[in-house]
Amino acid sequence: MIARWLAVIACVALQGIAMGAAAQGQTQAPTQTQTQAADPALEAREIRLAGQLRCVVCQNQTVAESNAPLAADMRRVIRTQLQAGRTDQQVVDFFEQRYGAFVHYSPPFKASTWLLWIGPFALAIIGLTLLLAVLRRRMAHVEATPLTEAQRARARQLLDEESNP
Amino acid sequence: MKFIAPLIAFLGLAVVLMLGLQRDPRALPSALIDQPLPAIDIPLLQNPEQRFDSTALRGQVWMLNVWASWCGPCQEELPALNVLAHRDRVPLYGLNYKDQPAPAQALLARFGNPYRSSAVDADGRVGMDLGVHGVPETFVIDAAGRVRYRHLGPVNNEIWETKLMPVVKALQ
Repeated sequence: MIARWLAVIACVALQGIAMGAAAQGQTQAPTQTQTQAADPALEAREIRLAGQLRCVVCQNQTVAESNAPLAADMRRVIRTQLQAGRTDQQVVDFFEQRYGAFVHYSPPFKASTWLLWIGPFALAIIGLTLLLAVLRRRMAHVEATPLTEAQRARARQLLDEESNP
Repeated sequence: MKFIAPLIAFLGLAVVLMLGLQRDPRALPSALIDQPLPAIDIPLLQNPEQRFDSTALRGQVWMLNVWASWCGPCQEELPALNVLAHRDRVPLYGLNYKDQPAPAQALLARFGNPYRSSAVDADGRVGMDLGVHGVPETFVIDAAGRVRYRHLGPVNNEIWETKLMPVVKALQ
């Protein structure tokens, strides 16, 4: 298990290093497209989309934040697709088809995710209800036990002692 | 006695969370399972004049292994793949992912070439169509051209015997 983890981590790290080394061959294409994306509206959409998608290599980062080679590839694909006239939804669908629903940085509300969305609130409500029920029962319990005759006499005696020393 | 229920609830939660820690967060399920393999039409590593055509492989169960010379675990799995694919006569093809031809050829020359042929995915675009997010990855494709299984990480004897071959045999 640990060996497999290490292998995957090493591989991702190596990919980064190798891509740095091989960058000459790979960055020529994007520099060409970068100059084409002079349209500010298109660029704004690209940035917004990249912020909504998860980098599947470094999973707690969005595609916009990540420096992983895969995230760079994804940004490039977002750009070319927007330039080709695709809608935002089509671009998101493109990535969902390939990487699954996990690629949404904020998971959509649907049959397989509703528990994730509602779960914490449901748990909080259940907990609060239980707490209230227990407290109420305890209070009712306290009220429902009047003093016995002997206790009453003893209390009266103590109070008398207090007022007439 | 009144502490038993909360204690059991706590222990249950602890066990669930502990099991969660054992899981590999990178082991995402492939979105391609039971979906048709995206069309692959890219040059071959050994012979760039020719193209790798995934549709020509219809009618047989085959494996696609995504590899690169810059990936350490890929080097580890090459000797095992070489032995196992020949022994069990499984058509194994390679996808050389975001690599350069010279180091890729050198790696195969050094560790042996287990692939019938390797396709060159220089910019990673085919890899993206396959949902590749960590190399090596191994796909099992059925006779109808659908992806039926994806293994993430290097293949060894055990994984071949317990994960990949049962799928291949069931499909054959």
